[in-house]
Amino acid sequence: MMKWIFPVAILAAVVASTHAQQPPPQPANPQRQQPTEVETTITSESGAAPRLAVPEFIAVTKDTESVAIAKTISQVLFDDLTFEREFALIPRDVYATIPRATSFADVPFDRWRELNADGLAIGTVEKTGNGVKVEMRLFNVRTRQMAYGREYSGSAANPRLYAHQISDELHKTQRGLTGVARTKLVFDSDRDGERMGGTIENRGVKEIYIADYDGENQRRVTVSKTLNINPAWSPDARSIAYTSYRRGGGQIFVSHIYQALLDELTKGEKVGENWLPAWSPDGTRLCFTSTRDGNSELYVMNRDGSNVRRLTRHPGIDISPTWSPSGTQIAFVSDRGGDPHIYLMDADGVGTPQRLTSEYSDRPTWSPAPYNEIAYAARTGPGNDIKVVDLASRQVRQLTFGEGTNESPTWSANGRHLAFMSTRAGKSQIFTIARDGKNLRQLTRTGNNQQPNWSK
Amino acid sequence: MRHVRWMVVMLMVLSVAACAKKQTPIARPMPPPAPPGTTTPGSRPPAPPEPVAEPTVVPPEPVRDDAISSASLDDLNRNSPLKPVFFEYDSSDLTPEAQRALDDNAGTLKKYSTWAVTIEGHCDERGTAEYNLALGERRSVAARAYLVSLGVSADRLRTVSYGKEFPFDPGHDEAAFRKNRRAHFVVTAK
Repeated sequence: MMKWIFPVAILAAVVASTHAQQPPPQPANPQRQQPTEVETTITSESGAAPRLAVPEFIAVTKDTESVAIAKTISQVLFDDLTFEREFALIPRDVYATIPRATSFADVPFDRWRELNADGLAIGTVEKTGNGVKVEMRLFNVRTRQMAYGREYSGSAANPRLYAHQISDELHKTQRGLTGVARTKLVFDSDRDGERMGGTIENRGVKEIYIADYDGENQRRVTVSKTLNINPAWSPDARSIAYTSYRRGGGQIFVSHIYQALLDELTKGEKVGENWLPAWSPDGTRLCFTSTRDGNSELYVMNRDGSNVRRLTRHPGIDISPTWSPSGTQIAFVSDRGGDPHIYLMDADGVGTPQRLTSEYSDRPTWSPAPYNEIAYAARTGPGNDIKVVDLASRQVRQLTFGEGTNESPTWSANGRHLAFMSTRAGKSQIFTIARDGKNLRQLTRTGNNQQPNWSK
Repeated sequence: MRHVRWMVVMLMVLSVAACAKKQTPIARPMPPPAPPGTTTPGSRPPAPPEPVAEPTVVPPEPVRDDAISSASLDDLNRNSPLKPVFFEYDSSDLTPEAQRALDDNAGTLKKYSTWAVTIEGHCDERGTAEYNLALGERRSVAARAYLVSLGVSADRLRTVSYGKEFPFDPGHDEAAFRKNRRAHFVVTAK
């Protein structure tokens, strides 16, 4: 597989300004672009995952900021590539034995070959007038040829973004995989210790926070000093639907986080509460739970809150909807069979819901394609564990095993990972885990952090 | 549905306050980077919009106890004559003991006929956060229905479910669970 590529790419100059009234900075102009290289794919001789080394990027400009950016990008790129397990990363601690390149021209390929490296991902970092220029090259260690190269220029404010974009593009071009390095998690947290007003009980508020997929760059989104729960990314990852109690009971809001706009979707509903918004895959509608008709039922509304339609009609509890990737079905939880179980129904609510699980289970979340699975929290003892049911075979597998309680699973966009809440480390914290149950990572450590949702 | 906009003036005040305090808890999300440049300089993708402001804060509704002294309402709730109602595990059925508590509460509410009350439904930590929202709602609704059956006007009784978000006892044992499975009464107006 060969094709001409244009190795110059632009990373938009994105600055998290603390003075929002300033005009947006101009993005950097594109560099002059020339087709210079043939792109190839790195493979291992055995057919196993290619062995890759990611030595520290070379700071072309020698100032401390450039050196720090080079260090950060290579470290984060190493972690991003490790996360997907498409490459076998050669551990960083052995890199010290190999002379450091000072440019792309003096890479000691023979020494990297001694470590059985198939590929070498290395780059340069150069300070420019208004930011930084990052050039990344993937070398075939056997042929010493460049297999792939990209150049990025933009703001120096968040070097991790360069690594995330490099990782996603490497995964896409080398492995045909949609990486998740630029996706984000949203969750609720009481970490700031603020107290809710208007109650004599000493109740802590919960606000909505976001973080990079690896737990970095944790930021607060809401400041409403009340209970805010059930956050859910819109499919375009530019809006967050959530339940807020700022009106008294639970109501559904959508925060458009890059536009400073807030929609109140269930405004005017005087009766009942509204919880657990779930975006349709095309982002045009939300399914949610409401008690407006006297009992927990599922409803669908347009993303502006209009055109509310009731989907379920049963005296039992119906709650926790999730859409199939095609948008034609909805899985949800109902206790119509006694304990809460997961049911499937057509997204138009027509027909009788079909029961999927036979154990006490809650918070289903439908995997993206190519997998066709539903992850959920199952009662396994005093607490819950994360389980996954394959919809074709109905086989169930278990990912957590009784360490604390484990709830609220959410899939990564490529279906290879899950995030969930666990109390295994004491308080409620957000963890990620690979779909095979490996690579458990704790992302949050301050306060209680719950109900994660992973952006597409 | 409507859009709620932060005024620029408010933003400037916030920014100045943030600078002065040095450590601001107000974070401003950064948009993801734009996709790589296309092959011709002329068709450069548009820059992502700048995050222009902290995107929240609907002004709170007027506090419901405007007309009365909030201190007296606080005192009332601190030593509440309205008894909490406790539930069995994963149940919203009213036990005989729960019914006795509600009988007493009905008497109190008839005596103070101007009081408006919010009945909060609470759960222990064993159910999931999501299911407990519905279970808590059932508990508050069960308590309200019983009071209404005793002649208390339904429009004085508002319900809200907090699921397992606000445990009264932070413990993880049955003694704590028992306290946390409840319908809790808050007087909101008198």
